[in-house]
Parts: sequence; C-alpha cells; structure tokens
Amino acid sequence: MKILICLSNVPDTTTKVKFVDNNTQLDKTGIQWIINPWDELALTRALELKEDADASVESITVITVGGKDSETTIRKALAIGADDALRVDADPGDAYVVASQIAEAIKDKGYDIILCGIESSDYNSSLVGGMLSELLNIPSISAVSGLHISNNEVTLDRDIDGGKEVVSAPTPFVAVVQKGIAAEPRIASMRGIMMAKKKPIDVIAPQSVEVLTEFAGYELPQSKAACKIIDPENVKELVDLLRNEAKVI
Amino acid sequence: MSVLVFTENWDGQFKKLSFELVSYASKIAEMLNTTTTAVSIGNVGDSELNKLGKYGADKIISVSDNKLVNLDNQAYTAVIAELAEKEGAKTIIFSNNNVGKALAPRLSAKLKAGLVSGAIKVPGTIDPFTLTKKVFSGKAFASVIIKSESKIITLAQNSFKLIEKNNTPSIEQYAPQVSDDLIKTSIKNVEKQTGKVILTDADIVVSGGRGMKSPDNWGPIEELAEILGAATACSRPVSDEGWRPHNEHTGQTGKIIAPNLYFAFGISGAIQHLAGISSSKFIVAVNTDKEAPIFEAADYGIIGDALKVLPELISAVKEVKSS
Ligand SMILES: Cc1cc2nc3c(=O)[nH]c(=O)nc-3n(C[C@H](O)[C@H](O)[C@H](O)COP(=O)(O)OP(=O)(O)OC[C@H]3O[C@@H](n4cnc5c(N)ncnc54)[C@H](O)[C@@H]3O)c2cc1C
Repeated sequence: MKILICLSNVPDTTTKVKFVDNNTQLDKTGIQWIINPWDELALTRALELKEDADASVESITVITVGGKDSETTIRKALAIGADDALRVDADPGDAYVVASQIAEAIKDKGYDIILCGIESSDYNSSLVGGMLSELLNIPSISAVSGLHISNNEVTLDRDIDGGKEVVSAPTPFVAVVQKGIAAEPRIASMRGIMMAKKKPIDVIAPQSVEVLTEFAGYELPQSKAACKIIDPENVKELVDLLRNEAKVI
Repeated sequence: MSVLVFTENWDGQFKKLSFELVSYASKIAEMLNTTTTAVSIGNVGDSELNKLGKYGADKIISVSDNKLVNLDNQAYTAVIAELAEKEGAKTIIFSNNNVGKALAPRLSAKLKAGLVSGAIKVPGTIDPFTLTKKVFSGKAFASVIIKSESKIITLAQNSFKLIEKNNTPSIEQYAPQVSDDLIKTSIKNVEKQTGKVILTDADIVVSGGRGMKSPDNWGPIEELAEILGAATACSRPVSDEGWRPHNEHTGQTGKIIAPNLYFAFGISGAIQHLAGISSSKFIVAVNTDKEAPIFEAADYGIIGDALKVLPELISAVKEVKSS
C-alpha cells in the first residue's frame, strides 16, 4: 500500500489573527506555521500502520500546495517520519485550486490511500478531500475516525449522528479524517530531524485552474458584551435570567 | 433554474436541520426570483415529505432506491448531479454537517460549481454572489464571492431561523440511474446509541472540563442534561484522559457546535476550546478562577465551585420546570 497525505500549512492555533490591505489579506507577520492538526493525526496513523507488518504499507508521501515557505512544514512531516514529499508550487487560492493541483500532480502515481484532514484550521472549509476524490473519480469516505488494514482489506470507522459505522472500501480511495484517527500526534525525534534534511521534496510546476471563488474581505467579530456575574449563593437568579432574559430554557 | 436543497431524514423522519435548510433555500429562491426544490433520498412517506412545504419547498423530488440505503458519497453525488441537471438548478444547498461535508465538495468538483462551506446567512448580494462564513476557527468572518454560474452553499448548523410559508408542494417520485458498479463502499457494521440527545443537534449542551476533577463527578452534569433535554460534552483533556468518550470532545479539534445554550463547568476557555463553542447563542460559565478566559466568552458567569453549584442549579431548574 502506498499512502499519500495532503498537508495544509496553517497558523498556529493560538495565533491572534489580524488583517491588512483594507482587511483583504491576512497579516502574516509573526505567525508560526504548523501542520494542520488533523493532517498531523493522519500522518501519525499512517506511521502506525507502516510499523504494523500486517498492513504492508510500502511508503508514506506528503503533498502540499504552496510556495517555498511551506517547505518548513513539509520538513516537519518528513522529520516525523514521512518518506518523501511533493510540493505543487502554486498559491493555494481556494479549495478547488488546491484539489485540482493535487489531482493533476498525483493522478498517475498509484497511491492506494489518500488521507486529508476534515478541515484546515484557517479557512475551515472541509472541502479538499471530497473535491479531490471526485476529480480522481474514486470513492471517498468522510468523518473517518479509524483506519484499519489487515490482509489487504481496508476498513474505516465513519462517525454518524449518535454512533459509528464500519465501512469497507476498495483502494484507491480518499479518506477525510478527524479526531480519533490517532490518539496523539507524533513529534519528531532528533534523528528524524537529521534524516529529514536528506529526504527528497519534489517540486511540481502548477497547472492553470479555473477560479471558482474569491475571498473578498475579512472582519473581526464584535467584542461581546461583558459577562453578567451571578452570586454562587443565588443560583436561582441564573435560572431566572436563562428563562426570562435569554429565553433559552 | 430553481434552488435545489438536499434534505436529510433519519429513518424516514425529517429533523429541524432539514427544515432550517429548506427555509434558507426558499429565502435565497425568493432573492433569485425562483422556486425551491427539495431532494429527499430514502423511504419517506408523503405526509412527512409535505412538511417540507411548510418551510417553503415548492416541489419535492423523492428518491427511494434500495441501492441508496447507505451513504456512498460517489453514488449520492451522481444522483444529486443528475437531479440538478434535470431541474436546471444552478444553486444547490446542503447542511455543513457530516453528510453535507461528504457530498457538497464532490458535487462542486463534478459541476465546477464554486462552493462556500459553513455560510452563516443568506447572500449579502446576489451580484456578485457574496456569502459570509467564519474563518480561523471563529476568530474572524470572511466574505467570499462565488464566481461560477453554478453555486453550492453549505449552511452552518443552527444559524438560520425557520420560516413558515405553508406551501402545498408537488411531490415527484424519481428513479435515477444507479448502476451497481457505481457503489463501491459497503457497511460492515453499525453501532448506534439510542435515546441520547445528539451533540451536534442539541439546543442545549452541558459540558465539563478538567475542573470537574474526576470522572466520578459527572453524575450532576448528566442529570442537568437530562432535565433540560440537553446533550453532554467535554473539553479535550477530559476525553484524552478517558474520563468521557471521544465523541463528546468539543473544540477546534473536536466537534464544532452552535447550540442555543452552552454550560461550561470547570472549563478554562482555551482558545482551541472556544473555537468549537463560540457560535453558541448563550454561554454560561462556572469556574473558581475569576480570571479564566471563559468569562470573556460567556454571557452569564458564576465564580465558584462547579461541584457545589451544580446540585443547586439542578434543583432550581427542576423547580421552574415543574411550575
Ligand atoms: C492544537 C491544539 C488543539 C486543541 N484542541 C482542543 C479542543 O478541540 N478542545 C479543547 O477543549 N481543547 C483543545 N486544546 C487544549 C486546550 O489548549 C486546553 O488545554 C484545554 O481546552 C483545557 O481544558 P480544560 O479547560 O478542561 O482544563 P484546564 O485548562 O485545566 O482548566 C480547568 C479549569 O477549571 C477550573 N476549575 C478548577 N476547579 C474547579 C472547580 N471546583 N469548579 C469550577 N472550576 C474549577 C480552573 O480554574 C480552570 O479554569 C487544544 C490544544 C492544542 C495545542
């Protein structure tokens, strides 16, 4: 089995976001970039499977669509344990651009399992995996919280309202993964960081892709009214406020 | 040219989510001067289908094909694409829930239709077609323009009020071409909890964090949830520790929810936690630390011990519920 993981390069989750150019661009100064948390979990699960002889995972490749600056994040993934990497040298304009670039770059490369995170923590779109599967015309399974391979048979746990389903799928397929796919993200070891320096990053020239959507501008939320503090000795007042002021119980 | 809206049923019944979607679609149809066509896949009776008319559907296309009992993303996408073409629909609406997230992006790639996911209101303008969504896990809003002729929107849950229009819709039973080799995935097993309020669906959510001290202290959280008809949730360390099941974890890396009311007991309100709950209409925080960041997000707060406040809150709620 050859596994491919789509990586998104996102601002650290504690970033205070600011915008520039009349609120049309993210202010990138001072931002720490990280591997999108779900993509990191996907990578972790792929590594676990590679260590499990039963799963017979040959290789783990990561791919990202982005400029040269996204290579820091790619190196992190290589240090954690991916074997090699692809970078499509294009601006990740919107999800359709990203999915189209990935589809073009990998269509003849024979990956059996393609993993994408459920969303990227910046634009929160939840789109690349589904679009990619359609562009490649292969099955997709979404909301995946478990991935198992045994005797060349792949099963996935898919979250549904109030429970889960075990789904079986033929390769190749795209799985859109979320919480539960792996317990804790792996961190790179010193040896991993050294080895990552020698691993290949194949840079691929972009295709031209039709632009379907455009981010026109950003706005910060209005600050919330101050919290009403209620005396712990007077819990009844809270119930009264919830009932008569907020009207929610 | 009608607006097409994909509805979901659970064992033949629609839930509020689908009514919200139809209300939203029919509001957009009004802006575009056209009609609303709702699509339903599954075995749903006519009287249930008619309920969609109440919220603004002019026409309902019902597909009940035994091959489509399980969600296969590829097959469902093909069916919806076929219906969109048949109806000449250029605007297609889904929920931003698990099913919408599974289908809408596939359809977008198939139809080359620009997609905005997690829209929180109707388009601000039709030309250009501009939608608002949350980005950076709730830290900002973005306005996004769809430039293509065909357009797809997924609507954030619990963000649009029901509108009653009381239409009498026409119902069409439609049998799409579903070839066997289109369906490639199969279901081996299903585990379903019954009788519990589903977290992403709940109007009220009662949640606990590490400040609850021990999994043995969850009794009152469950009791409060029970009397309010609420779902239970928790912060990430609580599920990581195994105090509560993973499906209760809310936040940036867990479930993102938007109930009308969210109770946070012993939760500090870390930015990653807030990312999952900040769309709640009202937030109540109970925390011993008056500096805890949760109070910046909360509407009502009690500075105090959650373990002491909970029993009093339960009896106060019981009192008003029985009066
Ligand atoms: C990449 C990343 C993703 C993350 N994703 C998530 C996520 O999705 N969801 C999430 O929740 N976290 C997430 N986290 C973790 C997050 O940063 C916090 O560590 C976590 O939310 C803290 O959980 P807590 O509030 O339950 O615990 P703590 O931070 O330990 O807070 C406990 C609170 O309880 C209060 N307390 C103590 N005793 C009492 C008492 N008797 N009565 C009342 N209050 C009391 C304390 O004052 C404190 O405020 C993420 C972190 C990272 C780095």
